[in-house]
Amino acid sequence: MAHPLEIRVVSKRFDDPSAATLKGYLASDGYKALEKALKMKPEAIIEEVKTSALRGRGGAGFPTGLKWSFIPRQSPKPKYVVCNADESEPGTCKDRLIMQFDPFSLLEGMAIAGIAIGAERGFIYVRGEYRYLIDILDRAIAEAYDAGYLGKKLRGTNFHFDLMTHTGAGAYECGEESALLESLEGKRGIPRIKPPFPATSGLYGCPTVINNVETLASVPHIILNGGEWFLKLGLPKAGGVKLTCLSGHVHNPGVYELPLGFPMRRLIEEIGGGVQGGALKAVVPGGSSTPLLNAEEALGVNLDFDSVAKLGSFLGSGGVVVVNDRTCMVKFAKRIIHFYRHESCGWCVPCREGTNWLELTLTRFHLGGGRSEDIDVMFDVAQSILGRTLCALGDAAAMPTISIIQKWRQEFEDHLAGRPCPYEREFAHA
Amino acid sequence: MSVFSPTLDAKLTRLAEAYPQRRSALVPMLLYAQDELGWLTPEAIREIAERLGETELAVRETISYYSMLRTHPVGRYHVQVCTNISCLLRGGEELLQHCRKRLGLEQRDVTPDGVFSIEEVECIGACSWAPALQVNYDFHQNLDPARADQVLAEYRQKA
Ligand SMILES: Cc1cc2nc3c(=O)[nH]c(=O)nc-3n(C[C@H](O)[C@H](O)[C@H](O)COP(=O)(O)O)c2cc1C
Ligand code: FES
Repeated sequence: MAHPLEIRVVSKRFDDPSAATLKGYLASDGYKALEKALKMKPEAIIEEVKTSALRGRGGAGFPTGLKWSFIPRQSPKPKYVVCNADESEPGTCKDRLIMQFDPFSLLEGMAIAGIAIGAERGFIYVRGEYRYLIDILDRAIAEAYDAGYLGKKLRGTNFHFDLMTHTGAGAYECGEESALLESLEGKRGIPRIKPPFPATSGLYGCPTVINNVETLASVPHIILNGGEWFLKLGLPKAGGVKLTCLSGHVHNPGVYELPLGFPMRRLIEEIGGGVQGGALKAVVPGGSSTPLLNAEEALGVNLDFDSVAKLGSFLGSGGVVVVNDRTCMVKFAKRIIHFYRHESCGWCVPCREGTNWLELTLTRFHLGGGRSEDIDVMFDVAQSILGRTLCALGDAAAMPTISIIQKWRQEFEDHLAGRPCPYEREFAHA
Repeated sequence: MSVFSPTLDAKLTRLAEAYPQRRSALVPMLLYAQDELGWLTPEAIREIAERLGETELAVRETISYYSMLRTHPVGRYHVQVCTNISCLLRGGEELLQHCRKRLGLEQRDVTPDGVFSIEEVECIGACSWAPALQVNYDFHQNLDPARADQVLAEYRQKA
């Protein structure tokens, strides 16, 4: 059920079990946007998306209309629309709901993207663990083909759009767009050197647009109701609403659709029902790759790209993880680094060696074998990963680590004085 | 002679033709083959390599990258417990230890009868319903030890 503070756009059909069938989808405005787009000039579609100020919901927040406009429409090569449904950023669990409850909105958004950039083929790259969603999407795709919403001559026009799902097989790195393309080509998911960017040289070296599930599912709403309408739901530079995945130490974790600029304090207190098991210590604002905010920062910030950026962090993927004051931040840093060490593809030395060394050191440190010089060395190692890798996974590992050492240095010092972990001694579990 | 069932054989043939370039079908073909066989046997790897016109080495190189692809057998019910941050904060580590104990998997990863196996995994996209685990492809969320026991008992009954 919707929370009264929510504004439901991409989640508007989440409570309607019939929306996952074509009949139910059509009964709730489904495919009206595609019918409209089929009569529009491709440039006008892109303009409408630009007007909406829609920014990518996958993590980087890049303006979607601008991204689409980079596609060289005159290029003789085939063009592709790829949906990033790899959803593996820790703290993020929203794309899943769109594919489960409103799969046609994604199909419709991709077909519109295809018309806009001149692509006649699309792929939905779904993380391997989400098999049940591939089944749902495949059923939806079959229904859409039967009714002329996919395939040759869309609804009797001269536009074509073919679409299929593609399963991943367990790799966070394959959510990074260039690694995703390598993976979609059947190879190891090693990121590519950029430039060239996918817009000019993407899948099979052809112009490619890659967008997150939520980004693409927003598109039909924008085309149907107008970019201006979407823009006004949010903020001037970041239009619309956004799914926020609330997790961790709150009473009511869940996925909530909120206007851009919604205050974090109200998210935690009014929607989340307050912090569970203690007072607020820290918040991960946008998935585990983003620098953590302390309690004061978190309670003062609004959930939009620029406000979070002013605090040196990111809105990221919309994964808000709330941490109470009975949590050991050294252990938390160790768990974060464990993830990136596991997921590093190993191509870039700073990321491969840096994450490995950081995990070893944090583990020793947390167990009580820390030395005082470790703290600065860990900080330096994390700093030297920053900006020195082909893709942002290295930064994603370094940034939260740096923020934890900076903001909770005292907890590291406490581990030196009171071995083993003083928090685990004091509280049943940290 | 194919090592796959006729249904899977047809599916793999379709997949190999479905992309602009054949090699794109590799990862899905491997995963669907694994679903049927339980793991990627040397015979399965050889056959998929042949179907795509790739070397066995190229296929193995790809397999070793993906954490879901495995070249050794696991249990019929593969229990994957998430201990990443959102789960960690809500008892994911305790859940993992609890499941290990219940299944007698404190010192090993596969039960002697081959029914259960266990693995600690990274975020499975169930963060707002933590702690969570997957048994094969099925999600079980908002768990505590008692609910986890129920879940495991249901699989035990099916075995
Ligand atoms: C290591 C890494 C992992 C990523 N994982 C995802 C992911 O799971 N889903 C996603 O949509 N974007 C992910 N991204 C961001 C993509 O590279 C890309 O920016 C995004 O798919 C673009 O879509 P958008 O503009 O609609 O957000 C990841 C980036 C990095 C560096
Ligand atoms: S952190 Fe466990 S499911 Fe995301």
